[in-house]
Amino acid sequence: MTPEDPRSTAVATLDPGPDKVIGPGHDFGTVTDQISGVVFRPFLKTPPQLFLGFAIGFVLINLFLISITWLFLRGIGIWGVNMPVAWGFAIINFVWWIGIGHAGTLISAILLLLKQDWRTSINRFAEAMTLFAVACAGMFPILHLGRPWLAYWLLPYPNTMWLWPQPRSPLIWDVFAVSTYATISLVFWFTGLIPDLATMRDKAGNRTAQKIYGSLALGWRGSAKHWARYQKAYLLLAGLSTPLVISVHSVVSFDFSVATLPGWHTTIFPPYFVAGAIYSGFAMVLTLAIPVRRWYHLEDLITMRHIECMSKVMLGTGLIVAYGYAMEAFMAWYSSGQYERYAFINRVWAGGYWWTYWLLILCNILIPQLLWSRRVRMSIPLVFVISLVVNVGMWLERFVIVVTSLTRDYVPSSWGMYYPTFWDWSTYAGTIGLFITLMFLFIRGLPAISIFEMREVVHQNAEAEHAHRDS
Amino acid sequence: MAQVFHRSANNLARIAIAVVVLTAIGILCAAYLLNAGSTTTGVGLAIDQHVPFSHKHHVADDGIDCRYCHGSVETSKFAGIPSTETCMSCHAQIWTNAAMLEPVRESFRSGKSLQWTRVYDLPDFVYFDHSIHVSKGIGCSSCHGRVDQMPLTYKVNTLYMQWCVECHRAPERHVRPRDQIFNPAYLTPASNQDIIGPQLVAQYQVQSLTDCVTCHR
Repeated sequence: MTPEDPRSTAVATLDPGPDKVIGPGHDFGTVTDQISGVVFRPFLKTPPQLFLGFAIGFVLINLFLISITWLFLRGIGIWGVNMPVAWGFAIINFVWWIGIGHAGTLISAILLLLKQDWRTSINRFAEAMTLFAVACAGMFPILHLGRPWLAYWLLPYPNTMWLWPQPRSPLIWDVFAVSTYATISLVFWFTGLIPDLATMRDKAGNRTAQKIYGSLALGWRGSAKHWARYQKAYLLLAGLSTPLVISVHSVVSFDFSVATLPGWHTTIFPPYFVAGAIYSGFAMVLTLAIPVRRWYHLEDLITMRHIECMSKVMLGTGLIVAYGYAMEAFMAWYSSGQYERYAFINRVWAGGYWWTYWLLILCNILIPQLLWSRRVRMSIPLVFVISLVVNVGMWLERFVIVVTSLTRDYVPSSWGMYYPTFWDWSTYAGTIGLFITLMFLFIRGLPAISIFEMREVVHQNAEAEHAHRDS
Repeated sequence: MAQVFHRSANNLARIAIAVVVLTAIGILCAAYLLNAGSTTTGVGLAIDQHVPFSHKHHVADDGIDCRYCHGSVETSKFAGIPSTETCMSCHAQIWTNAAMLEPVRESFRSGKSLQWTRVYDLPDFVYFDHSIHVSKGIGCSSCHGRVDQMPLTYKVNTLYMQWCVECHRAPERHVRPRDQIFNPAYLTPASNQDIIGPQLVAQYQVQSLTDCVTCHR
């Protein structure tokens, strides 16, 4: 098979229908060509949307660099945080980004353990999303420190002070959780890439590309021994990543639930945060997959079945989140604790932030209920809009939890408001720019869909057809 | 088409792994050495002073007690740098024409303080109190070394927090009888340290204080 194979464009526009994970007429060659074709497309034939997105990302990254330079020069006083609300956008965005990352691992690890065939064409993509989201998230815990240059004190290393980090603080657990998560995600993603990098190496047209992909492929030859060990390692990594997804976001939720603040001190937080993470993560996968699928004509690889399955997972986790909101309301009443009750009243109408709560209910609970309808799930524009709405809603959820609980707690003399400044917004927008840029670089430079796993799908389909014909 | 990688790439790949591992180890070793070395700690580096004051001469040759000059060491957190008047109490009479002592005389005439350079300079977030250590049986030489043998003063300890904490966790290893505090030649730990150490700790009611508030007030 050569890169100029005519089939690579011939099959591009076939829509396989709602039930298939891959379009008809695909064989190993066409799948390989179509996916690697995205990368090997001449630079100037990159879809213009990608250039536009990259330009936006570039501008936003510069905004980010300016923001953090100013932050380091002037201190976190440039943000709107103060007493009583000492945690603002930095923590909201941290939790939001970490949450977004979780769908990637869910898709690549948990769905692998559950043998879901529809994970195949979105897992690479989702893992990259995880990595870049964690990269964005990982900066906030450092940026929000008053003295970010001492962040390494959070690590347990032997030092001349004979001092170690406090292992009882969830913020220290965050360090371990996020750094482990980032590392394992990277290893998992890279492991998944190795056979594909070998394909890229073999299909690359010029020496430089061959050398780059060849070095990254680490000399993969695809022998049976390789594959046997590979599958075992991949499965083990999936098995390791699964508890990680659950525990990492639980640890993030401990940042709040371990505190004694009404509105934070809730035992439902760990599972409810994890569900929210998967909810927002799937929303982000859809937000990204829908346009990319269109720009690169990948309709027969990312089919309506993928979109529908993701919508269903989004609906399911959205319902868990809804249950979480309901339980918080119920517990506020059931606890008979005046502070707990007030914390809820404050969210709903008493404080200055009642509108964020109702927007949250609208975005996270009411609008996604449309996904019950198959017609909505099968409509690309509607799913895309709902996924955007959920992204906004999940950001609002973290805002409501972090800010609203802090503005009014035990002592009325310590009540106050939080007004984000320009620098709060610019830092947030900057990380979005970083995310977009990394994502687009990834799509341009690496196979965004797992080639070898798609070939497995083709193989399984062919076998199933054989069995069908024989019987 | 020729092979993408030449056979030598095999060695290159192996070497690369070794290089990464060795570099990581090298960085760790370098960091350790840098941290422990006198460039960072200043241990053993004699500091130049405007007046090259010699503790060796004044303590060993002249037999002056530490408290003659550092008078507040038993009562104050600060042991005190002697005033020009203290110097002049002798040097008004002896070595009156020595060029070395001209800054002292100049200071005495003009009333401007002598500019000494601190050798033991703790950061200001550390609250160190000399008097409590002296009264609980910690002698000068335990921390400042054989000052009586220093022509120019230098640090003998890093002043790293681990150095402080080490003694605060096990003061019995360093405590000495109160009548030996100002004896620069007294050896700690003494030959019978494991016997007298715990005794003195009990007698002087030395507490093992390692909470933050002890020093970082």
